[in-house]
Amino acid sequence: MLYRENGQFKASYAADQQIFPILQDRVAIGALLAIAFIVLPLFGSEYLFRAILIPFLILALAALGLNILVGYCGQISLGTGAFMAVGAYGAYNFLVRIDGMPLIAAMLLGGLSATVIGVLFGIPSLRIKGLYLAVATLAAQFFTDWAFLRISWFTNNSSSGSVSVAGLNVFGLPIESPVSKYMFCLVVVCVFALMAKNLTRSAIGRQWMAIRDMDVAAAVIGIRPMYAKLTAFAVSSFIVGVAGVLWAFIHLGAWEPAAFSIDRSFQLLFMVIIGGLGSIMGAFFGAAFIIVLPILLDQIPQLLGIPLSTATTSHLVHMIFGALIVFFLIVEPHGLAKLWSIGKQKLRLWPFPH
Amino acid sequence: MGFFLETLFGGLMAGMLYSLIALGFVLIYKASGVFNFAQGAMVLFAALAMARFAEWIPKWLGFDNLIVANLLAFVAAMALMIVLAWAIERLCLSKLVNQEGITLLMATLGISYFLDGLGQTMFGNDIYSINVGMPKDPAMILENMFEGGLLLSKEDLIAAIIAAALVALLALFFQKTATGRALRAVADDHQAAQSIGIPLNRIWVIVWSVAGFAALVAGIIWGSKLGVQFSLSLVALKALPVVILGGLTSVPGAILGGLIIGVGEKLSEIYLGPFFGGGIEIWFAYVLALAFLLVRPQGLFGEKIIDRV
Repeated sequence: MLYRENGQFKASYAADQQIFPILQDRVAIGALLAIAFIVLPLFGSEYLFRAILIPFLILALAALGLNILVGYCGQISLGTGAFMAVGAYGAYNFLVRIDGMPLIAAMLLGGLSATVIGVLFGIPSLRIKGLYLAVATLAAQFFTDWAFLRISWFTNNSSSGSVSVAGLNVFGLPIESPVSKYMFCLVVVCVFALMAKNLTRSAIGRQWMAIRDMDVAAAVIGIRPMYAKLTAFAVSSFIVGVAGVLWAFIHLGAWEPAAFSIDRSFQLLFMVIIGGLGSIMGAFFGAAFIIVLPILLDQIPQLLGIPLSTATTSHLVHMIFGALIVFFLIVEPHGLAKLWSIGKQKLRLWPFPH
Repeated sequence: MGFFLETLFGGLMAGMLYSLIALGFVLIYKASGVFNFAQGAMVLFAALAMARFAEWIPKWLGFDNLIVANLLAFVAAMALMIVLAWAIERLCLSKLVNQEGITLLMATLGISYFLDGLGQTMFGNDIYSINVGMPKDPAMILENMFEGGLLLSKEDLIAAIIAAALVALLALFFQKTATGRALRAVADDHQAAQSIGIPLNRIWVIVWSVAGFAALVAGIIWGSKLGVQFSLSLVALKALPVVILGGLTSVPGAILGGLIIGVGEKLSEIYLGPFFGGGIEIWFAYVLALAFLLVRPQGLFGEKIIDRV
């Protein structure tokens, strides 16, 4: 009754090509952004920012990057954590070694270093069809784990192996308080989400999807498979690298290579699968789900008076995630995002079924 | 020279174990085209089951005999792996028939997470030991040829013999039995096999059970050497470069690939490691496989990759 597009005519090309063609969607997204930008910074508690919102935003960004590769181009990566690490350590080195390096520039350069390393590892495996990229990215994962632990140049010869950044600021504004950190992440995530959305609607995005759906047919109509796969991998690595910078600089502050272990890679892949393959919104749903579920599993048994040990909880989380992955792959490969759009379809007819 | 040979033997033994894990992987890939990421989790699960059953069964039945306990535990663990294979086929794979490889890979990733959680919930998450009575003391050989002789662990030798026997057994099973012939038929062409009346579902259960058996043997050998713990699941990830090197569809490739990786890892650690700052064992296998992809994507013994439109 409330959600229908009757009477909303598209009278110009711009109106035809907008991201949210339905007025109600535009209102809803505007309201969501208003809440995120105005209401939450005013009323959110520090715990909410530190434990939920900041990790959520950053991991959603990383999942977004991974989704471009897995969901849009149909290639699988098990080394997302490695590219986050490359981004983080790259940006750290640019920040430390070059005097007066602004944070934003360091962040983008970190993303670029992740792109370079990603392409380097991607070239052998993207030449051929099949799942070889999984092994290549796994190689990247173990190699970067080792490199950032053993090669002291990357950590600026820090004795403990852990590095830290302090006194970050953007255009003179310090990023110290949880609220300012949250706002910085939010702005970056919004910019990248918009960019990613537009990329996937553009020519290159359509090439990725053509390769994903049927590579032989795509090659026949003139899409270069190697070029399409490599660009998807490069863009994906860039976004993941930027997310790595945010995770290290903003969320952790001080970190060591273990922050970007293979578990992180799997976690991000799970976000993409549960949230929805091939959907920008899915990355956000997936990130929210995977961040909130362990917290809930931690809290609910306590509220019910059945205290579970942390080990049991973490095993339960493993089992639930594993089962959910299989469940979603069988029942709804497009994940939570698809459920959301089914819900919207139903809402268009509600409350009259015809 | 003696030191070099010792390193070489050490590498061969480690490689034999990689081969065992890779073997389970290749079996499943051949028969169902599934890139089975869960093989490592299956090894951990099987080893945990074996370790804990060997501890529990004497308590339940009230006897005290190591050999009988181990035998019963082996049977129980194997039964568990068969149930697991059946459940995986029933609940997961049969629902994903005709899906793309990437979907199946992600499904096995989910299975591996589930198994990690299930195994540790059921059997506990400490470090357990498997005691199947392997001799722990090292043996000296060739003392008259080298000064000081070569120091070899008897345990490793026995493990290698068991692994070789397992491979021979599997080869016999595949070549000589009717079921083995059906398995090879399914591997060659699903549709043709189905059309002459080979039940695909049952074949898949059998293949996963055989892979479970390989996982159990690998788990017991690894476990009795290093103890059963979560890291076993990660060690098993080494099976991926092994199969890339040897070819995804080749059983001899898995064996040879495992040996090459095992030897390469140990030798590179000793002779190249100092130049890189040590610890290169972690990534050497993967980078080797990656370099190999550039030259020969199908692996040493893999079938040539041919695209048909």
